[in-house]
Amino acid sequence: MKTLKATLIASALVLTAFASTSCKDDNKEKATNSTQSEMKGKQDAKALAVLNDYFNLKDALVNDDNSKAKTLGNTLAQSLKSFDASNYSDSEKTELKDIIEDATEHAEHISESDIKHQREHFKTLSKDVTDLVAITGTNTKLYEQFCPMYDGGTAWLSTKEEIRNPYYGSKMLKCGKVQREIN
Amino acid sequence: MRAVKIIVWILVIVLVGIQFIPTKRNQSDTVPETDFMVANKVPASVMKTVSTSCYDCHSNNTSYPWYNKVQPMAWYLQYHINEGKDELNFNEWGNYSNRRKKSKLRSIISQVEENEMPLGSYTLVHKDAILSNDSKTELIDYMNLLKDELE
Repeated sequence: MKTLKATLIASALVLTAFASTSCKDDNKEKATNSTQSEMKGKQDAKALAVLNDYFNLKDALVNDDNSKAKTLGNTLAQSLKSFDASNYSDSEKTELKDIIEDATEHAEHISESDIKHQREHFKTLSKDVTDLVAITGTNTKLYEQFCPMYDGGTAWLSTKEEIRNPYYGSKMLKCGKVQREIN
Repeated sequence: MRAVKIIVWILVIVLVGIQFIPTKRNQSDTVPETDFMVANKVPASVMKTVSTSCYDCHSNNTSYPWYNKVQPMAWYLQYHINEGKDELNFNEWGNYSNRRKKSKLRSIISQVEENEMPLGSYTLVHKDAILSNDSKTELIDYMNLLKDELE
């Protein structure tokens, strides 16, 4: 009788475990359809949102904050998905679509990884965001900074001139230099 | 005692019942032109490693184990295959932009280097998919070569 009960409980557990793993992908959020932006300035609001989320994520990595970076990775993925490329030329649209697709994947990975992997993905993400800014332009001055030590040399963007290294955090906070100013 | 009997019967019915729910099988006879092996000049040994250790979950053609006929195992496999193809589908390689290829190569290299791929739950059953040190180095070297070509 006792063993029967135990078997029952065990099989119930196994069933629930399978049920929960196989349903995981259902709650992925769907990309929101963005309405056409009315802003025709140098940089539109959607692009600005992407940049702001990127900088918040960078700060979390500077502070070695894995869980905050997870949340912010998710925030960035959402703002990337709602990015609106309709005001750009056809060739820009193609490139923007490519950049957004790649960057979204990295942001999503950041939302579910340990800090080491977050930083690996942040490297490629930084390249994507830099290429994005090259197309959308920026209202504020940005600094492209470079750390020669991380993975054979790695760049990132910052709004401030002083170096705060997102790849090493507290280990080597000031490693790097400004390699370019973007206006 | 009566209650236990009823529960046992319900469980049996559920377990038998779910066997009749069909799952989509990930199988295809054709190798598209966009396939990783077609798009690149992959050395034979690397080709063998990649097809044995990666293609079951990262292509449109899985060679299924016998227990795929049994639920809930079939769901479990289907979930993994969907996830795997979503991340990287070697059959679609030629459709990826250079930016995406670089990202994928970087991830392949880091996942293999850190022994995160192939998945432990996969190699537990597929002993032949376990990467030897030699095949691992060879695979990483080749992926690095492809990545450098794109830089």
